[in-house]
Amino acid sequence: MSVLVFTESAQGRFKKSAREAAYYASKIAKQLGKETIAVALGTLDAAELASIGKSGVAKVLHVNDARFDKFDSGAFTKAIAQAAQKTGAEVVVLSFNNNGKALGPRLSTRLKAGLVSGVIALPETGSDFTVKKSVFSGKGFANYTIATPVKILSLNPNSIQVEQVEQAAAVEPFAVEMSDKDFAVQVVGFEKESAGVPLPEAEVVVSGGRGLKGPENWGMVEEMAKLLGAATACSRAVSDVHWRPHHEHVGQTGLTVRPNLYIAIGISGAIQHLAGVNGSKCIVVINNDPEAPFFKYADYGIVGDAFDVVPKLNEAFKTYFANNH
Amino acid sequence: MKILVCVSKVPDTTTKIAFKDNNTKLNEDGVQWILNPTDEWYALVRALELKEKLGGTVSVINVGLPDTDSIIRKALAIGADDAVRINADPVDSYFVGAQIAEYAKDKGFDIIFTGKETISYNGFMIGGVVAESLDLPFVSLAIGLEMEGNTATIKREIEGGKEVVKVNTPFVVSANKGLAEARIPNMRGIMAAKTKPLAVVQPAQVAQFTTIKTYEPPKQKQSVKLVKADNVQELVDLLHNEAKMI
Repeated sequence: MSVLVFTESAQGRFKKSAREAAYYASKIAKQLGKETIAVALGTLDAAELASIGKSGVAKVLHVNDARFDKFDSGAFTKAIAQAAQKTGAEVVVLSFNNNGKALGPRLSTRLKAGLVSGVIALPETGSDFTVKKSVFSGKGFANYTIATPVKILSLNPNSIQVEQVEQAAAVEPFAVEMSDKDFAVQVVGFEKESAGVPLPEAEVVVSGGRGLKGPENWGMVEEMAKLLGAATACSRAVSDVHWRPHHEHVGQTGLTVRPNLYIAIGISGAIQHLAGVNGSKCIVVINNDPEAPFFKYADYGIVGDAFDVVPKLNEAFKTYFANNH
Repeated sequence: MKILVCVSKVPDTTTKIAFKDNNTKLNEDGVQWILNPTDEWYALVRALELKEKLGGTVSVINVGLPDTDSIIRKALAIGADDAVRINADPVDSYFVGAQIAEYAKDKGFDIIFTGKETISYNGFMIGGVVAESLDLPFVSLAIGLEMEGNTATIKREIEGGKEVVKVNTPFVVSANKGLAEARIPNMRGIMAAKTKPLAVVQPAQVAQFTTIKTYEPPKQKQSVKLVKADNVQELVDLLHNEAKMI
């Protein structure tokens, strides 16, 4: 019996979200008195595989098959389901990232196992199995009970702080039964975005709204993001007029993010925008309108003109990082 | 091209969410219900564009009770040809996806569209459940979709970039922002929707895997600490010393 975690990789490296999922799985395993086992798919070298041990995993099953270097939700589901059956998994953990969002429901259907997607805390595993997730795009939380013998949880990025342990995972080759027709989706290309931090995984987010007046004024937002190792984001109004790409839109109909620090510049804070960001641990609002609703949801605020405040703040951050790093 | 679009009923985006009965139920007083935005704006509209270009039909499907019919009529007003409502309370995402799969299994749809997620329960689940139940390929979070013969080229969002994939019909795809531009129904569409077929189908025997035990409202924020615009250094100090964010 085990807690199984799917640790996703790209270009031969485990993703940050995979290490979070592994650590989260190890915490559940401890709660239940089970072993934590990871399953890794595709090309990864021995050192990288063993490194997942640092996230609390004792053993990693490795499916060394280059067909898994590209994502197909159907093929990945088959492979992970076989690992779950082999290890007698009671709980299966995935990342609630773009690929995990496709895998979770397929796996739930295949294993006839209840899935709660986007969980943000450890489950309660007493008389029943209950776990918390955010609902209504951040306007509330729900505690879900899973009734099936096998449970699947997909973990929202940046919901748990990994405490590394000095441990190497034992690597065990794992053969899965697959045919070529299981790989029905053919990846033919990849368009890389700017080298910055991907927004869904970011711990710090710097976000701009209509108050910035035009796309040509985003330089100072990008500069702040660079200084803070942050991702950039925007309000819906901004992506709708194509000042910024759609994938940067956070809010109820865009992306829901839960960074440690969210800095909103020139965003009034409509209820739809707040929904997408109010899981952030700390919110800073810079707006020239003291009546902007966002101030009610902020930890820190500056009432002032972004074109005056942001360059000064960037200088202050520059000095701070020069002296502290 | 025979296309099915899965649609949900959700609270309007401006709704203030509140709970009742010891936080075990959503308080529906005063809630305006709408078609789920990504279902309407992107999935349905891209399906209609494909039909306009390639011919065929666009059907919409919903799992819900009779009070959902007015929402379904909006999808017909925007341009869907016909609709099906599986007459059941949508108790959880697996239940809904499995009901849709049961209905669709012998109908020969080329493409089944869903929105990427509902803005109510944010599960991102329906497409995956339908695809696995029907043993079909599934491409999630599509921001572009072009057909050539029976092969689709789909652009999808992944962390740090966009992936381009090819897949043959039949398949399931979930729609993300960017796949299409929202359409507003015109008067002719609204009139036509009144007479378009909306079939009501009894549900299949399907399991429910999860239940919501309790809800919680979001935590209240402490009141904001304001820093003067001419003293931004104070904000840097607060982020370092107090919030410990940098």
